[in-house]
Order: sequence, then structure tokens, then C-alpha cells
Amino acid sequence: MRRLINRRPDIATRFGLMLLPFVIALVAYMVASEARLSVNPNDKLLPGWSSISAAIDRMAFQPDQRTGNYLLWTDTMSSLQRLGIGVAVATLIGGIFGILQGLIPHARATLSAFTGVLSMIPPLALLPILFIVFGLGELSKVVLVAIGIAPFIIRDLALRTEAIPHEEIIKAQTLGASTWQIILRVVVPQMLPRLIDAVRLSLGAAWLFLIAAEAIASDSGLGYRIFLMRRYLAMDVILPYVMWITFLAFALDLVLRLFQRVAFRWMYRGNGA
Amino acid sequence: MTKVVVENLWKVYGDQTVLENINFEVAPGSFISLVGPSGCGKSTFLRMMLGDEAPTRGRILIDGEVLEDEPSPDRGVVFQKYSVFPHLTALQNVMLGLELAQSPILGRLFGRRRRAARAASLEMLKSVGLSHAVNKYPAELSGGMQQRLAIAQALIKKPKILLLDEPFGALDPGIRAEVHEIMLRLWREEKMTIFMVTHDLSEAFKLGTRVIAFDRVRTRPEEMKAYGATVTFDLKVDGKSIPPQAPGAAPLAAAAQ
Repeated sequence: MRRLINRRPDIATRFGLMLLPFVIALVAYMVASEARLSVNPNDKLLPGWSSISAAIDRMAFQPDQRTGNYLLWTDTMSSLQRLGIGVAVATLIGGIFGILQGLIPHARATLSAFTGVLSMIPPLALLPILFIVFGLGELSKVVLVAIGIAPFIIRDLALRTEAIPHEEIIKAQTLGASTWQIILRVVVPQMLPRLIDAVRLSLGAAWLFLIAAEAIASDSGLGYRIFLMRRYLAMDVILPYVMWITFLAFALDLVLRLFQRVAFRWMYRGNGA
Repeated sequence: MTKVVVENLWKVYGDQTVLENINFEVAPGSFISLVGPSGCGKSTFLRMMLGDEAPTRGRILIDGEVLEDEPSPDRGVVFQKYSVFPHLTALQNVMLGLELAQSPILGRLFGRRRRAARAASLEMLKSVGLSHAVNKYPAELSGGMQQRLAIAQALIKKPKILLLDEPFGALDPGIRAEVHEIMLRLWREEKMTIFMVTHDLSEAFKLGTRVIAFDRVRTRPEEMKAYGATVTFDLKVDGKSIPPQAPGAAPLAAAAQ
């Protein structure tokens, strides 16, 4: 009998094992839902498939009676717009300051303590300040997303920049490179794929800040909708919304990963060095 | 043809003396092998030649001028590892030196100047035997090919001095002999002065026109901090030995015979 650590599943087993926890969760839900509905057909806590699919149809494919909008899509658009702008701004700030902090000793001396302190501020504690300063509109939500993840991206990228072998920086100088040319031709091209990694890692936090901001003050958005529906115990809407948010997050992560593979082939060539 | 003079050079880190009282002159076009045990400061010396580290005392003169205190294109370098850029193909790695010189803002060339740089780089890659691999990334090249690429990348700048920090240490013996031949040919063609740090005495004598050994003269434990390594023997490879200090030279000289 070989040790457990040396036994590897074949492809079919691997696929089956991958599906297993999902199937278990689904079956557990169905059993529990069935049990509750058989006791009380009006139970709202664990709705059955029929009421969930009716809710999906109502939210996604029927115009809202009051506004005429298809709510799921308008919510998705406004949430993705906020998330996109916030993440883009944080990525730009993180990229610029991270590289400066990682490469240039004077920038590091100036910035590293400050970004270290900034990153310790719980972003949600800033939310009231943002609402006061920027109002309840789009800006405060976008700013929360950006402020929430930018310090992490800066610090991560600074560490990665510092980890570029010193030999490479010396070599560039012996080839006549100025500081600007080193940034442009040596550091930025090597840091862009790392920046994508940092963004992927911070997307979860970005969603958290977005939904928190939407829950508190908004008139559209995925987070706004699920917190609104909570008042009516409308689990048949909330559950598909949560699954939709999960799907969007997963898809964004996948898109970034695929983009990285296509755009930065050098990282995936050869012996992986 | 570049003459190098090292005058009374010391390097001290905190209370640890690494190198002390290094003095020698190097004739233009020499191939100097620097040998010595681990931790004797030969790589520290090379970093001072690069301008990556400043001497604590003394100075290094190149053609009578005090060495610039940061790396510059007149001193090329090949390290044992990380000498080439992983995100650039072999051709792009070699072209980089030309692009940086001619395009200060973008660091890239276009049109006619790009074609000229490309042709020169292809020529350089051909002379180190990498014509078949110009579009490969460094991770796709073997260790020997990576070092040949690093040499081509450094030589495209026509440096007056080439600094080699154990460049062939990680290569298999057969590959190593191959790269030695390329190195010797390029050294004769380009007429530059070469400093090579190596662990390998046979390599030092095979390539060098002169072998300089650094070692500690005082090795009692209580003396280790206060005294650094210095030149313990200095040998022209045609057989003429010029030991500046007799003690400590004997074991290395014996090993070299």
C-alpha cells in the first residue's frame, strides 16, 4: 500500500472529486429545503427551485413594473462600473507608487512607512468620512474600492520590485540605462504580470468594499439589491444574486489569468525560471 | 586599450576588514584571473570595479581617471546568474544596449535605426553561436547558451573593460570549454581588458594572462576581523612570478603548478 501522499487521482477521478463538494452542498440544500417546505409551504428561508427560477425570471427577464428596467442587468452594470473604475484607479496608483517605492531608495525612505500605516486603516472605517466628503453618489463608492485595495497593491508591488535580482539592475546600468530607462525597459515589463496577480488577489476585497458601500447608501447595484431584498426575507432573489456575484468574481479572475498568460508569454516559457 | 591601476585599496564593512592594501597595475589588453578561497573578497573587488560599491580607502584608476562611482557602459559585466533579462528574447536582450543609447526617452528604436541595431545584434549573436536561438527567451536556453547570450549582450556596448563574476562556474565541463574558446576569441578581437573572478584554478590559468590571488595573511581567530585579504601572489602566466609578499603564497603557488 503506497502512502496517501504518493497516490494521485487520474483525470476522471480528479473531475469527480472536484464536483463532489458542489454536489454535496446542492443535495444538502435540496433536502433541507424539501424538509422545511413540507412542514410549511410558505417558508421563505430555503425556497425551492420553482420559486428561485420564478425569481430569476422576474429579476433578469421581465421589466420592472416601476422603472421598466431589467433589474439584474442594471444592477450588474452599475456594480461592475463602480468596481471597474475603483480597481483601475487602485491598479494605476499601486503600479506607480509600488515600483517607485521598490526601486528608488529615496522614494522608499519617503513612502514605505506611510503606505505601511495606510494599509493598517480598516477601509470600512473610512466609509462614513467618504460619504461626508464625497456625498452619497458614485464617487464615494468608487473611492472606497480604490482606497480599500490600493495600499495592498502598492506594498505587494514594492516587495516584488525589490525582489528583482540586483544583478539585473547593475547589468542595465552597464548597458547605459538611466533610471527612467530602467523603469521603462526592465522593471515595468517584469512587474505588469505581477501587478495582475496583485489585482487578482485583491478582487475579493474589492467586492467586499463595493457591496458594503452599496448596502449602506445606493439606489442600484447588486449589493443594494440583496440588502433591499433582505427586508422582505426574499431568499429566492438573494440566493441567485449571491451566485451571480460569485460567478462574476470568478469570471473576472479567469479573464485576468488568461490575459496574463497571453500577454506575458515569457513567464510561461521554458523551464519556468 | 585600457590601463587599470589599483592604488592602496581597502574595503571595510562595519568592523570587518574584507580587503586591505591592494596594489597592482594592469597592462592594457590583459586578461586577469582573480582567484582565492571563498569569502576572500574577490567578488567585493569586482563590485568596486563595477562601481556598485565604493572603496573605503584608496582608488581605482582607469586610463588615469578615477573610476566613476556607479556602473557605466565602459565596464561591461557577466554574472554567474541573472545576467540577462527574462522578459526579453535573446535578440531583444542584445539590442537593448543599442536602444538605450540611442533613445533616451522611449528606450526603443524604430524604422531604419531599429533595423541597423537589429543587424548589429544578429551579428553579435552569430559570433557567440546563438544564431539559431535569436527569438528564444532566456528560460528556454541552456545554462551555456544563457552565458553566451550574456557575453553578447555585454560586448555589443564595446566596453573597455569586461568584468566576469564566476561566469562559467555553473556550466558542465564540455560546455565550459566551448564557452572558453568563444571568450578567448572575443577577447582577442575586441582588445578589451578582462577581469575574471573564478574558483577554478585551471580555468584561471587557461584563460588569464596573469593570475592574481587574494587571501588572508593573518588567519588566527582573533585577527580575522581586523585584517582583510590582500594580494598573496601575482603570477604572469608565461611563468614569471612576482610575489609581493612571500607568506601565504606557497600553498596556492604549489597548487597552481
